[in-house]
Amino acid sequence: MEYFIQQLINGMTLGAIYGLIAIGYTMVYGIIGMINFAHGEVYMIGAFIALIAFILLAKLGLATIPLVLLLVLLVSMGLTAVYGWTVERIAYRPLRGSFRLAPLISAIGMSIALQNYVQVLQGARVKPLQPVIAGGFKLIESSAFTVTLSYLQIVIVVLTLALMAGFSLLIARTPLGRAQRACEQDRVMAALVGVDVDRTISLTFVMGAALAAVAGVMVTLYYGVIDFFIGFLAGIKAFTAAVLGGIGSLPGAMLGGLLIGLVETFWSAYFTIEYKDVAAFAILVLVLIFRPTGLLGRPEVEKV
Amino acid sequence: MMALPDAAGEALLEVEHLTMRFGGLVAVNELSFVARRREITAIIGPNGAGKTTVFNCLTGFYTPTVGRLALRHPRRTYFLERMDDFRIAQFAGVARTFQNIRLFPRMSVLENLIVAQHNTLMAASLFSVAGLFGLARYRHAERAAIERARYWLEKTGLTPFADDDAGSLPYGLQRRLEIVRAMCIEPVLLCLDEPAAGLNPRESAELNRLLLAIRAEHGIGVLLIEHDMSVVMGISDHIVVLDHGSLIADGTPDEVRSDPKVIRAYLGEEEDELPGDVAADFGRNHGEGQA
Amino acid sequence: MRPGATARLAGAGMGLDLPLILKEAGLTALVVFALALPLFGFRTVDSAGGLDVAYRFDWVAAAVAVAFVGRALLVAMRTLGGAQRARPGEGLLARAGRAFYRHTTWIGAAAVAFAVLLPLLPFADRYVIDIASYFLIYVMLGWGLNVVVGLAGLLDLGYVAFYAVGAYSYALASLHLGLSFWWSLPLAGALAAGFGILLGFPVLRLRGDYLAIVTLGFGEIIRIILVNWYSFTNGPNGISGIARPSFFGLAFSRSPGPGEVAFHEFFGLDYAPVHRIAFLYYLILGLALVTNLFTLRIRRLPVGRAWEALREDEIACRSLGLNPTNIKLSAFAIGAMFAGFAGSFFATRQGFISPESFTFIESALILSIVVLGGMGSQIGVVIAAFAIVVLPEWFREFQQYRMLVFGAAMVMIMVWRPRGLIAHRDPTVRLHAGGEAGR
Repeated sequence: MEYFIQQLINGMTLGAIYGLIAIGYTMVYGIIGMINFAHGEVYMIGAFIALIAFILLAKLGLATIPLVLLLVLLVSMGLTAVYGWTVERIAYRPLRGSFRLAPLISAIGMSIALQNYVQVLQGARVKPLQPVIAGGFKLIESSAFTVTLSYLQIVIVVLTLALMAGFSLLIARTPLGRAQRACEQDRVMAALVGVDVDRTISLTFVMGAALAAVAGVMVTLYYGVIDFFIGFLAGIKAFTAAVLGGIGSLPGAMLGGLLIGLVETFWSAYFTIEYKDVAAFAILVLVLIFRPTGLLGRPEVEKV
Repeated sequence: MMALPDAAGEALLEVEHLTMRFGGLVAVNELSFVARRREITAIIGPNGAGKTTVFNCLTGFYTPTVGRLALRHPRRTYFLERMDDFRIAQFAGVARTFQNIRLFPRMSVLENLIVAQHNTLMAASLFSVAGLFGLARYRHAERAAIERARYWLEKTGLTPFADDDAGSLPYGLQRRLEIVRAMCIEPVLLCLDEPAAGLNPRESAELNRLLLAIRAEHGIGVLLIEHDMSVVMGISDHIVVLDHGSLIADGTPDEVRSDPKVIRAYLGEEEDELPGDVAADFGRNHGEGQA
Repeated sequence: MRPGATARLAGAGMGLDLPLILKEAGLTALVVFALALPLFGFRTVDSAGGLDVAYRFDWVAAAVAVAFVGRALLVAMRTLGGAQRARPGEGLLARAGRAFYRHTTWIGAAAVAFAVLLPLLPFADRYVIDIASYFLIYVMLGWGLNVVVGLAGLLDLGYVAFYAVGAYSYALASLHLGLSFWWSLPLAGALAAGFGILLGFPVLRLRGDYLAIVTLGFGEIIRIILVNWYSFTNGPNGISGIARPSFFGLAFSRSPGPGEVAFHEFFGLDYAPVHRIAFLYYLILGLALVTNLFTLRIRRLPVGRAWEALREDEIACRSLGLNPTNIKLSAFAIGAMFAGFAGSFFATRQGFISPESFTFIESALILSIVVLGGMGSQIGVVIAAFAIVVLPEWFREFQQYRMLVFGAAMVMIMVWRPRGLIAHRDPTVRLHAGGEAGR
């Protein structure tokens, strides 16, 4: 039982991270109907920027943990957002109206390029980071197993919930959110009534990248090691989360992320850790085959 | 409802109680009509009346919520509501065109017509295996397919463009190519979704001639969705009028033209308050088509 | 391009608009600064107390300077060049291209003749022949994937899985069942095709981008299984000592085993290791040419035309009575089959295989060969495979930039030449004989 509760906590933390990345997939899919294959790489870049920022701040002798965290979040979100914007500007915008597979292939190219760009610049080795936020609560102490809820896990879940809430408000209440929803419905019509479609799409990428950066900060803190390859698997899992939740739906992305995090954690805890990545892929395939609209998505009517 | 005057052909397609709902929206409601062999049946109605939805149900792209779509072949009857889209084309012999033309743009005009004969050629080539080894059986079948394509190309004046990419044709020719491509599957029922949209009057007249020729020489039924009244009134034998998904009139062009419900559907509810010249315009348009 | 730029252009005539240039260049430089600062400016290095960073601000400065000047030149060229921008170059390229297409048959024949004679040429030492057979594996894989991506328009990101199936089925068949290469070859092809159908059946009705990610997932699943199923695949250690193929029962070894006859003994030659390398080269050349002939042929058959039609418009296909699932499955299975053949050749050439050789990067490599070459173009694949496989062998010091360059090239090709290097497509059947020559 204690073991179960511990896995639940761990799974939810992991799920929060996946959920944040999944939002980027879901928003981009909602607005331009493509899978941004490079999104996992953007998240990886966010993690690298966070790592570098942590080291720099430590060298500067800054030790107030909340302040460090805030600064790293801001720096990583800001700079990763520029990457998100650039990816859209270079690899996707020129392809609007090109043939069906073009944006997809371009996205794959972008993903490969970014991965190797970071490898070339920062080296292929695994990068460790000293724990920044240590300690936690001991929830249940028994002779066999101690359930702990670390401060870091609390930070991750709380931050994710706060971002989600802020984000939902942004989409629901602001002119930008309105423009976004308009573009989702009908891009041509939105342009006709004066929505700056290019700018809206750019901002969608910027927001998705900023959220992925938050996930990158979290993962750097949580696992303490990153490398240039983490974006690949995390990207696929987050995409699976987005599909599972219903692609295009923000709460769906969060829910899907949570489920994938839980499945993966429980799978490694109770079955075999070797095949934990297979679990995510299997879910992806099963969802796409049996319920392509996901849990919270709306059915798509084929336009003939 | 089925009390039509005795027409030339026997019943080919019987639509009974066709209803299509999308969530809460009723796109087609309890629609029943009959289309006959050797007749051109037009489905008309204001935008959003559910005409294309009827086509999508007939050709299997949508599965109707309720209703029976019976296609009478001489020896058996196909119930289209239960069939997959490609089987409807392959076995029941229902061909269609699309509102926004759907050609294979990066394939040549001739290839477009040969792809349409895919199933015949597949059978002749033993699923392409015979073709792989260059057996005579397949070569004959391919020659026959080219001959059929040539026949339709010549009929539509597309012969000089046969080896060009379909996507490079001017709009009017693309429309014509899509129609003859549909004819290449040798259908018993041809469904045309706004074939005259975007055509100039000369092209429109050519289209009329083509459709009349298809009816006369190939003895098939034609279903036609069209807004261009000169086409509709000019060539249809029978007109079905939809409004908001329901049937409001069904009869010959003359009957439909004078039907007050039809005029109201087209010109709005307050028909009496409309200036006289608009109503006259509507009538004149019909008259032109007849000429 | 940008509305602002064109408006100014119209206002200022053909003169240089310095403020505009400075503004655009400045903005670009600013963006590049933000991009370069974290990853160029700092480099993580291992140190005694954990991770440390080193500084590389000179790189940032260089990147910003290049961006500023580059953008300024670009804008200047755009304003100055106006309408006739890049036209002459394009015309030249188009003319060269047309000449190329007119003579594709000859170029193809010459290339095949060259390939056949290659091992006999004076400069062809062991190394050259070995590289050439390595190159031909990718040509064959590219041609195989071309069926799926180029003709049928299905984006398959897990193609390497079928390659792995082929390689492992030969390795295991020769190891456990003692099957020879020639018996294993059809087996490997059939198994790979079977896997293709198995995967394709549930997923082929998915939309294009979903299909891409599911095939990617499938490729990873196969690799993870290969890594973890120790008892069957020997896990990450791989399988070594895979039997080498023989020349109609003649072994390529200095001292053949009991009851065996060596190739050099039979023909009365001196033993030379190059014999085997040349034999492997001809083997893959033969396999690749079979792939090519098959593809060229099937393009003119109903199935091949249906693939292309499906790529163009699936809904139209359905309205004409084409069963999309069967057509996609056939493309998938045939593409997989060729990957299976190539896989068994790979296993026999290397003598050793491990899951390392079948990562996503490999799929991406093959895909970029198809994309760069021009989807659907057979010659394009050869040219692209040369650029992607052989050129990096010559510039080994740049090895680490290889994938970076491919990724960037894929993006650039999609932006500037989405149909690939060889975008031309000849109809598979003509009504008017020799139509093209007249134009």
